[in-house]
This record gives sequence, C-alpha cells and structure tokens, in this order.
Amino acid sequence: MGSLAKNEARWGLLFIAPWIVGFLLFQLGPMIASFYFSLTEYNVLRPPEWIGLANYVRIVTADPKFWPSLGVTAYYVALSVPLTVGGALLCAILLNQKIKGRVVYRALFFTPSITPAVAAVLVWVWVLNPHYGVLNYLLSLAGIDGPSWLGDPRWAVPSLVMLRIWGAVGGTTAVIFLSALQDIPRHLYEAAEVDGATWWQLQQAITVPLLTPATFFALVMGIIGSFQTFTAAFVATQGGPAGATYFYVLHLYNAAFVSFEMGYSSALSWVLLVILLAFTWLQIKGSERWVHYGSG
Amino acid sequence: MAVAERTFAAARGQAGSGRWARRLAVYAGYWVASALFAFPFVWALSGSLKTPYQVEEFPPRWIPDPVVWGNYAQIWQVVPLGRFLLNTVLISVLSLLGQVTTAAMVAYGFARFRFPGRDKLFLLVLSSLMLPMHVTLIPTFVMFYQVGWIDTFLPLIVPSYFGGGAFAIFLLRQFFRTLPLDLDEAAKIDGASYPRIFWSILLPLSKPGLLALAVLGFLADWEDFLRPLIYLQSKEKLTLSVGLRFLAAQAGVALPGEPTTHLLMAASVVATVPPILLYIFVQRQLVQGIALTGSKG
Repeated sequence: MGSLAKNEARWGLLFIAPWIVGFLLFQLGPMIASFYFSLTEYNVLRPPEWIGLANYVRIVTADPKFWPSLGVTAYYVALSVPLTVGGALLCAILLNQKIKGRVVYRALFFTPSITPAVAAVLVWVWVLNPHYGVLNYLLSLAGIDGPSWLGDPRWAVPSLVMLRIWGAVGGTTAVIFLSALQDIPRHLYEAAEVDGATWWQLQQAITVPLLTPATFFALVMGIIGSFQTFTAAFVATQGGPAGATYFYVLHLYNAAFVSFEMGYSSALSWVLLVILLAFTWLQIKGSERWVHYGSG
Repeated sequence: MAVAERTFAAARGQAGSGRWARRLAVYAGYWVASALFAFPFVWALSGSLKTPYQVEEFPPRWIPDPVVWGNYAQIWQVVPLGRFLLNTVLISVLSLLGQVTTAAMVAYGFARFRFPGRDKLFLLVLSSLMLPMHVTLIPTFVMFYQVGWIDTFLPLIVPSYFGGGAFAIFLLRQFFRTLPLDLDEAAKIDGASYPRIFWSILLPLSKPGLLALAVLGFLADWEDFLRPLIYLQSKEKLTLSVGLRFLAAQAGVALPGEPTTHLLMAASVVATVPPILLYIFVQRQLVQGIALTGSKG
C-alpha cells in the first residue's frame, strides 16, 4: 500500500470511528453480555449466577406463556404482514396515478404513519369501544351487530392488525413502492401498449416483476418489525383479553421489567433473534425463485 | 384496409371506455382510502371538543355541541403536558443533532474512502438494521443503571452520537453516492484536506439528505415508546408517548368515576400536531429521503 493509500485508509477509519465505538459499546458488547446473562440467573441487584442452559430449558419445557405468546405473535405476523405490504403496494399504485391534488392525497396517506403510536392507539380504543364506539355504530347502520373488538379474544388480534394497517399502509413502504414504480422506464409500457396489451397484462408482465425487489425488502422488514410488536398491545390490552394479545415482546418485557428476571429475559431475546434470523434466511433462500433483480 | 381500420377504431373505443372506467376506479380508490386514513383524526378532534358524557353517547354525536375548548386547558391540570412536550422536544433535538452529525461522518467514510475491510464493515452496518433491539436491551439497561443514568435523558440521547444508527448511515451514504466524485478530486488537487472536503463541499450539497434524515430521526424519537418507558420514571421527566399512557392511567384517578376519553383525545391531538406540521413543511425532502433508502446500491 502506498503512503497515499495508507493516508486515505487512515482518514476513512477515522471518519467511521464513531460507528465502530458505538458498535462495540451498544451492539456487540451488549450482545455478548446478553448471551452471558441468558446463561445466568440475574436480577440486577445481585451479581449474575451461572445456571448453564437452565433458562433455555425452562423456556421450551416449563414456561406456560412461551408457546402461547409465540403462537399469538405468529398469528399477528401472518395476518398483518401480507395485508400491510399488499395495502402499501395498492397505495403506491394509487399515488402513482396522475390526478389533481396528489400532494394532498399523499399527505393524507402518510400522516397515519407519523402519528405517535400511543395517540393512535388511544383514538382507536375509543373507535372500537363495543358500547359507544363509532365503528360498531356504523356497522349497526348496515344491520351488522359488531363484535367487542379489543375485548373479544377472537377479535383482539384482528383489531390490532386493523390498527397496524391504518398506521403503516400509507407510510414508508408505500413511498418505497412508489419510487420503485416511478423508476420503471416508461418505454417498456409504451412498447407493450403498442403490442395491444391491456392494463392488467401490463401490470403482470412489467410492474409486478420489477417491483419484486421492493416487495422482498418490505416483507423481510415487515416480518422482523411485526414480530416485535409491543406498543399497541401494551397500551390497549396489556396482553388481554385472556392472553389473546400477549405477544412475545410483552412476555420478554414482563420477564425483565416486571419480574426482574434479566437472565431469563435475555434468553427469551436470544430465542427471538434466532427465530428472526431463521425467517430472514428462509426468505433470502426463497427469494431466488421469485425476486427479479434487473440489469441495474 | 377497411376491416383493419374498423378493428383499430373498435380497439380505440374499447380502450377509451376502459380508460374511463379506470379513471373512476382511481378516484373511488383515492376517496375511500383518504376517508379511512383521515377519519380517526377527525374523530379524535371531534372527541377532544366534547363534554365528558358526549363521548359515550350512542348513537355518537358527530359535531360537538357545545364545543368544549376547555378540555385542552384541563389536560394540563391533570398531567404536566407542557413538561412532556418540552422533554420530548429536548430529547428529540439533542438526539437528532448527534445522529445527523456522526451519521454524516460515518457515511462519508464509507462512501468516499478505500480501506481494508470496508465492504465487510458496511455489511455489518446493514445487518444491524435487522437486529432486534431486545437482544441488546437488557445489558444496555444494566450498563446505564450502573452508571446512574436511569431516570435521566442521557440513555435516550447519548447513543445517537455514535454513528446515528444503521438506517441513518445507509441513507446518507446513498445520498453521498449521488454526488459526483469529480468535486472531491478537484478539491483534493487544490490541496483541500478530507475534513475540509467533507465540511465545505459534501455537507452543503447534502442539505436535502441531511434534512430528510433529521426529520425521520425527529419523528422516530418523537414516538419512541419502549426506551423512554424503561429509562424514565419520575412523572416530570416523561416524554409525550409515555406521558400519554400515564395520562390514560392517571385521568381515571384524578377524576374518579368520570369518563376521560375527551381528555385523552385532546392530549392525542396535542401529541400529533407537531409531527404533522413538520411533515407539511418538509414533505418533498422527506419523501425523497425515504425513496433513497429503498434504492439499491
């Protein structure tokens, strides 16, 4: 390496130094510590006490809430991810149409995603109230006897999914889809139109394949994000009714900050990490079949 | 010839009516979606101006009568809402200052320098995007507990000064890569040092990217919930998000037996207005910034 290149390398490392320090201090270090904690019994006040794999054994065999919370979370992910990603694509397609007042519509679509989650939850709790909520009133106008929503174990998760769809569907994912749509070269459509393709055929042959990278990104991030869902359930239901919304991270939070079982909670967090890594790996493997990376 | 012309005309006619139907579908889609997105805002605003018992009326009353502006005054008496606002602004601003400056430095390092292991390190940055915060949550909490930072703003501010997070670095690196390298080269020939190139050439040209990041960072801090929930304890130190939840629990205690939904709606409106105002002012840059993060490269 010449002295000029060495000088460049030194400066480069100097510029990324804040990240390196931060990575060691707030990511790698804590990760190692959390793995160590997961093999101990630890309540912060007394030093950690080594117990080997006992926490992991307890998670799988003796924790009455682990499997149910995993199941509830999986149900939430399975319901919310396809609906939010599909909905975001729909929003992007709408916003890509030439129409008067697009700026206003774009703002209307986007604002739910920047509304503070707690504020949104409080409003929805009122909207969904079984006795005086406006949603059940509107349903009653159509002759439908609405459920108790957040108060009904069967409807609680779908209610939170509804909330999630409202808060996420017009946000960043839609913006990413929209920019992917706008990156599609016009001439592809024009050529196909000359050949007599219908609108639907255009979508299938051009739009859908060219959007697969953005879709893949949205699915991966969507699954990771919704697996960690917390705020809405914490504020609206505290995991109820009857554990119907007792999500995985709620369990993890309670273990750490209600029962102060830091070791056990760390073990739960590593199980979560392994699950997410497995999902992401599967998706990357599967993506070779359907994600179409263009020449670019 | 005549046949061909006729089929052509027919095809055009079909396309015409198809286009018309499509147009109608587009407008209908816009209206339905907009109504669904806007309704909770309108409803919250209406609820925030109702009397305590009107929020529980069934069938619901669409327009409050009388309009109770006093609800907005009353929430400040039930909880220190002004304090919550101030705390949130303070934390968000201080944290995003660190995020923007250090993320710009790090992104510059990754975008414009060659050094051994650079691409592997950048992959590490990206992979930390997928790392659930819960894996580091407990040791980080313990660390801040041991240095005595619990119930201070420091755990919510200081970590932002170390590169600002993977997303911020990625966004600004993407932005720097859109700027022509010739600028750097020309400055280098003129004898400018790297810090000088960074400070006087790249940063001024990156204002849109920096602004987009600042807004996204501010919005994320504004609605952050889990971290303030864990780190802040005394009432007068809460942020809006945690304070809103506190109010939801507290309003029932302060006003026993009375409905409190009208107060919760007023507080929710107060918490929602700043992000929306911010969005209105920087809409274009924000959208471009997000779009940049979705592009590959």
